[in-house]
Amino acid sequence: MQPFSSLTAIGVPIDIPNCDTDQIIPARFLRRAKDDPKYATFLLHDLRFNSDGSETDFIYNRAPYCDGQIVVADINWGCGSSRETAVDALVANQIRAVVAPSFGDIHYNNCIRNGVLPVRLPTTSCNQLREQLHAAPGAQMTIDLETQSVTGPDQTLYPFTIDVFDRMRLLEGLDDITLTQQHEKTIASFEANYRDQNAWVFDA
Amino acid sequence: MSTSKTLFQKIFDRHVVLERDSGDALLYIDRHLIHDLHHRAFATLKANGQTIRRPELLFGTPDHSVPTTARTLVDIPQGEMRETVSGLEAAAKEMGFNHFDLTDDRHGIVHVVGPEQGITLPGLVLVCGDSHTSTHGALGCIAFGIGATEIQHVLATQTLWQRRPRNMRINIDGALGPGVTAKDLALLTIAEISAAGGAGFAIEYTGSTIRALSVEGRMTLCNMTIEAGAKSGIIAPDEKTIAYVKDRPFSPKGRRWSEALAYWKTLFSDTDASFDHEVLIDATALEPRVTWGNSPQYSVSIGDTLPDPANEPNLIKRSEMEAALTYMGLQAGMAISEIKVDKVFIGSCTNSRIEDLRAAAAIAKGRQAVVPTLVVPGSGLVKKQAEAEGLDQIFKTSGMEWREPGCSMCVAINGDTLSPEERSASTSNRNFRGRQGKGSRTHLVSPAMAAGAAIMGHFTDIRSLN
Repeated sequence: MQPFSSLTAIGVPIDIPNCDTDQIIPARFLRRAKDDPKYATFLLHDLRFNSDGSETDFIYNRAPYCDGQIVVADINWGCGSSRETAVDALVANQIRAVVAPSFGDIHYNNCIRNGVLPVRLPTTSCNQLREQLHAAPGAQMTIDLETQSVTGPDQTLYPFTIDVFDRMRLLEGLDDITLTQQHEKTIASFEANYRDQNAWVFDA
Repeated sequence: MSTSKTLFQKIFDRHVVLERDSGDALLYIDRHLIHDLHHRAFATLKANGQTIRRPELLFGTPDHSVPTTARTLVDIPQGEMRETVSGLEAAAKEMGFNHFDLTDDRHGIVHVVGPEQGITLPGLVLVCGDSHTSTHGALGCIAFGIGATEIQHVLATQTLWQRRPRNMRINIDGALGPGVTAKDLALLTIAEISAAGGAGFAIEYTGSTIRALSVEGRMTLCNMTIEAGAKSGIIAPDEKTIAYVKDRPFSPKGRRWSEALAYWKTLFSDTDASFDHEVLIDATALEPRVTWGNSPQYSVSIGDTLPDPANEPNLIKRSEMEAALTYMGLQAGMAISEIKVDKVFIGSCTNSRIEDLRAAAAIAKGRQAVVPTLVVPGSGLVKKQAEAEGLDQIFKTSGMEWREPGCSMCVAINGDTLSPEERSASTSNRNFRGRQGKGSRTHLVSPAMAAGAAIMGHFTDIRSLN
């Protein structure tokens, strides 16, 4: 997994509350392989493309927003389906961070496990950031995970909190399985003991 | 410090293999369910040099990519749908995990199959790469949806890192009126706490209304907990739960049953357990509900009119409501009963169990559907049971289509879809834009309400049909 420490990039404001993962990647693309050459186009597909394949005027289609790597969203970004392909579609477009007042819990975890930083900021801060990004297309913002801060286009500093374990995973690009398997002895002994005390779980 | 615990905490604590200072816990996973969309997980696992740690705790069945006309693999059109279903089947054979294929009556929607087979039991921790895994919490277990990377982790280690969620209790009291169901209760609950209200929480449902619900009704409610933003919903097991799980194929027997029962009797929130958030809902006045927007939080009673966004003080909500009315092709102030539907879908992990089909059949009986209507049982066994009761004949006589089990038009990637701007009455769980096909317009309702819409061609108060 690609580590995340700090990123300065164009911010893309997406003013859609409750933007569910069906919007982020429609279900009909769920069977596609990650190396599909068209994968990047699946992101927000039905908001970005008309039925004839032509582009809509959705903000992420427009220059300079189309080069953005940080999404600033509204409440409950990534709610709904657990599809991790929603994160794959972000990654396929080099989007490495999403700032929002709140996230779907499963999508949040999926972001962390794919090197995409989800940042929770208060609604008023997100509104302010989106307004500035609309007013100055192509404005850059910075997210620093080391110092846990977002710097807006007007240099306003927004501190954020994140679970220490999640922060470490992202900073070090940690793969959970490798990390967990370091505890194999603990797992094996837990399992033996648990099986012993809960045989009903294991034999029907 | 109080040692009192919530039901969720009791089960969680029992499964903690180790806990970091940060509060992140490595949880032991008792049951892992998997469906066709994750068929690539096994190739990835192998490529990473890993194996399935506990294949006996892994259960697979195809559901998302199954055409509802297919009885065997070769009935599925060649291409990505068939590859997906056959991929899971091949992996099960090769790697030795439990799998119910299309020709096995036990196959169906993974969230219908788990409880039906006794794979889902009180006190367990159960995961599946599907957000509606919250369904299983109805039996008093911790159950939640996970992503593809987490699936890899569970396959390889039989564990998962989890942060302790905050605890929310939603207490619901009051008797449900005739024609009012768990689905209506779910829609009301989401409207009350919002689609984001449960984020970061594990929800426990309590109260007289919950106790009075059947186990299947509880599944409908827990199923839609994810639509309120919470990964899991849980209901303390009671006599109904115990009766439900007893003698199922995979439930414990004999001495093991007694051991399990002794543990299950301890599964309740202690009276002085502390919840981070409490919600009280009175269900006495609840009426059949219909969603009108593109988030399940936007629902009203059948007798209501569509709200006017102009009256919404919250600007974010106002713009969301305006966008939804435009997308849905509706106007503020319209009566719900004026909304005409083009298709009706009765099925999904929310509402495809036998009680759901009985409720729909009771409305359909002796009447004719005036719009195309798809009835899709949740599993092969539900289908058999419905046929034994003659429900299939009622549906067919009413002009409805009786199909093979699967997710069908809930996720709409099996060939069952709406065309752009087509409108459905659907017993599924999501009315998101494009959920039932690009440009589709979905209204979520209970099975009886869906059957009512099929008969009338528009939403109707089923209580006045009889």
